[in-house]
Amino acid sequence: MRFYTTSVGKKIVMAISGFIVFGFVVIHLVGNLQIFFGPETLNRYAEMLQGLGGALWLFRALLLLSIVLHIVAATQVTLQSWQARPKGYAVTRYRTTSYAARTMRWGGPLIALFVVYHILHLTTGGLHPRPAGFISQAGGTINVYNNVVYGFQIWWTSALYIIAILALCLHLYHGVSSMMQSVGLNHPRWNQWRRFAAVFFSLFVAAAGVSIPLAVLLGLVQPV
Amino acid sequence: MNYTLKVWRQARPSEKGKLVSYSAHGISSEASFLEMLDIVNERLLEKGEEPIAFDHDCREGICGMCGSVVNGYAHGHQRGTTLCQLHMREFSDGSTIIIEPLRAKAFPLIKDLVVDRSAFDKIIAAGGFISIRAGSAPDGNAIPVAKEMAERAMDAAACIGCGACVAACPNASAMLFTSAKLAQLGLLPQGQVERDSRAREMVRAMEDAGFGACSNHGECEAVCPKEISTNFIAFLNRDFIVSSMK
Repeated sequence: MRFYTTSVGKKIVMAISGFIVFGFVVIHLVGNLQIFFGPETLNRYAEMLQGLGGALWLFRALLLLSIVLHIVAATQVTLQSWQARPKGYAVTRYRTTSYAARTMRWGGPLIALFVVYHILHLTTGGLHPRPAGFISQAGGTINVYNNVVYGFQIWWTSALYIIAILALCLHLYHGVSSMMQSVGLNHPRWNQWRRFAAVFFSLFVAAAGVSIPLAVLLGLVQPV
Repeated sequence: MNYTLKVWRQARPSEKGKLVSYSAHGISSEASFLEMLDIVNERLLEKGEEPIAFDHDCREGICGMCGSVVNGYAHGHQRGTTLCQLHMREFSDGSTIIIEPLRAKAFPLIKDLVVDRSAFDKIIAAGGFISIRAGSAPDGNAIPVAKEMAERAMDAAACIGCGACVAACPNASAMLFTSAKLAQLGLLPQGQVERDSRAREMVRAMEDAGFGACSNHGECEAVCPKEISTNFIAFLNRDFIVSSMK
C-alpha cells in the first residue's frame, strides 16, 4: 500500500485502469459499428454477448472496478495538486500543454455522467422517454438495432451523445499518451508512435461514436 | 529603455503581499534582467525604500539560485536560459513586466521574490547519493560506462535545481527535478546499488514535501533552463514500478 500512498503510484493505477476502460471503449465501438451491416448482424452480436452469462458479468465487474479506481485515484491526485499551489499567479502562460490535457478534470466527470445516462438509455432502457417501438430487454425480445435507431431519432439524445463522444475524444487524446508515460513506456525512438497512437485512437473513437447517432439523424439508418 | 515593473512585494511570510508598480527608466538594452533589478533597487535605496529581495548568485546561468516568474514564464520568455541570462533587449521598450515568485506550497515564500527551496534538498538527501569506497581516486575507466548511458546521465545531471519546473507546472509537481536527480545516478553503474531504494525514498520525500502530481502537461520541460526532458519522468516511473515489485 506504500505504493498507492504516492502520487506516482496513483498515476500508475490511473494508467492501468484507464487502459482497461479505453480498451473496452474501442472494442465496444467496433462491435456497435455492426449497425451499418443491418439489424440481423447487430442483434445477433447482442444475443451473443447476452449469451456469455457469467463471463459477461465477470467482465462488467472488472470494468466497474477499473472505473471506480480511475475516478478515486484521479480525485485524489487532483486534490493533492490543487493543495500544492495555495496561491496562484497573477499571470499564467502555457507553452506546450494542450487543451485536452487542461480539460481532463472536467472531461472526466462529464464522461462519467454520460456513462450513467448511456446505461440507463440503451442497456436498461429505463428513465427515458420511450418512442413508439422502443423495446427494452426486460420486455423479452431483444431488438438492439431498433432501440438504438429509435433512441437516436430524438435529436437532443443524439446531440448529448455527440457532445459526450467529443469530450471522450479529447480525454483519450491526452490519456493515451499520458498512460504510457505514467507506466514508463517512453523511449525517444518510440515516442512518435505514442503520439500517433493518441491521435489515431482518439480520432477513431470520435468518428465511430459520432457516426451512429449522425447516421440515424440523417435517416441513413432506418428502423425495421 | 523604459519599463513598468509590477513586482510581488511581501515583507514576511505572515503578511499579505501585493503587486507593486515601479518605473524602470533609462535601462540599457544590454543590461541583464537581474542588473535591471539592481538598478531599480539602487534607486529605491536612494529614496530610502526597501529594495526588492530576489535570489541570485553566479549570474552565469549555472548555479540555480535565480528564477522568478516573469510575465507568466518561469525564468522569463526566453527558452533554455536562467533569468540572469535574459537581457533587457528581449523586452520591448515601454512594456510592462510582471515579476512574481515561484509559487508552490512546498516553496514557502520568505520575502518578495525569495522562496525557500529546501524541499529539493530533502529529496536529494533521501536518495540522491551513491555508496562508494572513499579514499584515493579510482583508476580512470576502471568501471566501463556505455557512451549512450554516460550521455543520458549527463543530460539529467544538467539540472541546477532552480525550481522552475515546479513553478511552471499547473500541478506544482516536482517530478522533473526528482526524476533528473534519480536518473543521473540510476543510469550509471555506480548508481545501481541503491537504485530501488532511491526510487522509493526520493518519491516519498517528494510527496512529504507537499508537491503536486504529474499529469504530463510538459510545461516543466518547456521552461527548464537546462531543457531537461520529461523522458526522465518516465524513467522514474519505471524505476518506481520495479522497486515496488521487489
